[in-house]
Amino acid sequence: MDLFEYQGKQLFATYGIPISDGAVVLTVEEAVAAGERIGYPVVIKAQVHVGGRGKAGGVKLASDVEEVRLHAGNILGLDIKGHVVKRLWIEKASDIATEYYASFTLDRAAKKHLGMLSAAGGIEIETVAAENPEAIARIHIDPVDGLTEAVCREWVEVAGIDQDPDGIVDILLKLYTAYVDADADLAEINPLIVTTEGKAHCLDAKVTLDDNAAFRHEWSAYEATQERDVREQAAKAAGLQYVGLDGEVGIIANGAGLAMSTLDVVNQAGGRPANFLDIGGGADADVMASALEVINADPNVRSIFINIFGGITRGEEVANGIVQAMRQVDLRSPMVIRLDGTNAEEGRAILAGHAGEGLVSEPTMLEAAATAVALAKENNR
Amino acid sequence: MSIFVDETTKVVYQGLTGSAGRFYGLRNRDYGTQVVAGTHPTKAGTDVDGVPIFAGIADAVAATGATASCIFVPAPGVPDAVMEAAEGGITFITVITEGVPAHDEARFYNQLKRDFPHVRLLGPNCPGIISPGKCNIGITAGEIAMGGGPVGIVSRSGTLTYQALHELTQKGIGQTTCVGIGGDPVPGTTFIDCLAAFQADPETKAVMLIGEIGGSAEEEAAEFIAAEMNKPVVAYVAGVTAPAGKKMGHAGAIVSGGRGTAAAKMEALSAAGVHVAKNPTEAGDFMAEVVAAL
Repeated sequence: MDLFEYQGKQLFATYGIPISDGAVVLTVEEAVAAGERIGYPVVIKAQVHVGGRGKAGGVKLASDVEEVRLHAGNILGLDIKGHVVKRLWIEKASDIATEYYASFTLDRAAKKHLGMLSAAGGIEIETVAAENPEAIARIHIDPVDGLTEAVCREWVEVAGIDQDPDGIVDILLKLYTAYVDADADLAEINPLIVTTEGKAHCLDAKVTLDDNAAFRHEWSAYEATQERDVREQAAKAAGLQYVGLDGEVGIIANGAGLAMSTLDVVNQAGGRPANFLDIGGGADADVMASALEVINADPNVRSIFINIFGGITRGEEVANGIVQAMRQVDLRSPMVIRLDGTNAEEGRAILAGHAGEGLVSEPTMLEAAATAVALAKENNR
Repeated sequence: MSIFVDETTKVVYQGLTGSAGRFYGLRNRDYGTQVVAGTHPTKAGTDVDGVPIFAGIADAVAATGATASCIFVPAPGVPDAVMEAAEGGITFITVITEGVPAHDEARFYNQLKRDFPHVRLLGPNCPGIISPGKCNIGITAGEIAMGGGPVGIVSRSGTLTYQALHELTQKGIGQTTCVGIGGDPVPGTTFIDCLAAFQADPETKAVMLIGEIGGSAEEEAAEFIAAEMNKPVVAYVAGVTAPAGKKMGHAGAIVSGGRGTAAAKMEALSAAGVHVAKNPTEAGDFMAEVVAAL
């Protein structure tokens, strides 16, 4: 789960990382009130889960109330790479002397935490990594040992950062603690600045939390502000792993790998998938029915490809779910089913009783993909 | 031969008294796996369909001589279960449980490496391991596998592991061992671990590798194949059409910052001399050609 900048900053602030005085607002009037309280100049920043806000006009400096009114009005509702701005973070503008980059993430190849620190801050770290990799000081941290102050000091030195009296080491140690405590996949400060007064300060925050760790955290406030596509919202409510795409073949599969593979074969058959949907292991009839409801609610869908390899999932449960959904839901699109594995015979027998009611069974994944793509084209007329 | 496990492997199930543990533990036993014990802190002395339950791993190992464990406990209990297994003398730990936080995985992986370097961890979030006709630990349906070799399978994805077994079995091509390493960010056993074991196993003549988007495990596997393997490898990487920035179900399956794309992985594997297929069926076809030419 991605946090907004303000949520990341507020999280960091609880660990004692210095952030600017600010407020999150939803309207121009709230923005004006925030500007008046904070004192000018202020920076007005769009809160979206996507990079490149500055270039898109989503970050502006305002030196009086009129400028706040103007910029807040322009930024609210702005479409930044498909993300419509609904929230602004207004904060006291900083006098920047130097900009650095700092982050912690998990390095899967090394199986350790990875700290990245660069004196070249403020810009996309991926650009720095690609064009000037030696400008990033990398450090691997064994999660059993954690990050010690001595190691951190050495790291800062390697990065070529003048550490005292800026408080950079202190911020890095706190950022690591926040990263571990919060079960973050990523905790990033970019830029990490030193002000003209010589104080290290967090000017932007990017945090991604590990959804698997939700059981030991109180994340309902973050959850409430997630901006999902309406299809994704409905799927999440039904407990399904769903990712919305923009094609016309609706996909239902069991297992993430098989679902991804199903997208691949639909593409190879000349179609475009409307979604990724994994019903998971051991899905019963109810789960299958809700998956079909979610797919059916997508207006772009022209055919539905159900690809099941039963392991934990049983063929007859899948078939019963499809039949149940046909009764419950007014399905707009024909369905193509490929069923293999545990109790596939029983499942196919159940489905055979409904052949012709917009239901086609195919023996293999490739044949099913071809049929689903052909039906989508036919149904599109 | 099989890798990591065989017909002599004695397995204790952590979580055998739960519904999934019971279902798969007994199914593994029916398959022929030596399912010798289960553990539960308060149910020592009872049994699950004749399989004795012990209070902890140490007791179970002392009484049965188990060397492998299979973990079905819920995600919050996995770190303790893994460390208990290692401390109790288990040398092959399979974690089926999904949804384990990545930081936990990183911590117990490194703790094991430091304190129990001889212990092999498989998973978390994996289907397990099957050596057809000998041993099946985990949730793979035994019927879709076929013994006798000559192909070893290693896969990052659950259902695609079944699909791979199915493609080969339908063509009458047997398997030595099929290892599902799981799709999580910190897998205990990697592609390279399995490729090295298959390379060393005289009965495995060819290897099928099933990868997916995200991370760099396939690229690392490609490097290893080029440098260390002379057995033919067929590969399929799922997610060619996955959009960037969207997590495809698995915690590990995400293309971000231009890294982890299927195209880059396929290119790396291809450059290492691997036969790269565009879907699981084609992977089966390629493997049939490879096996015919052995």
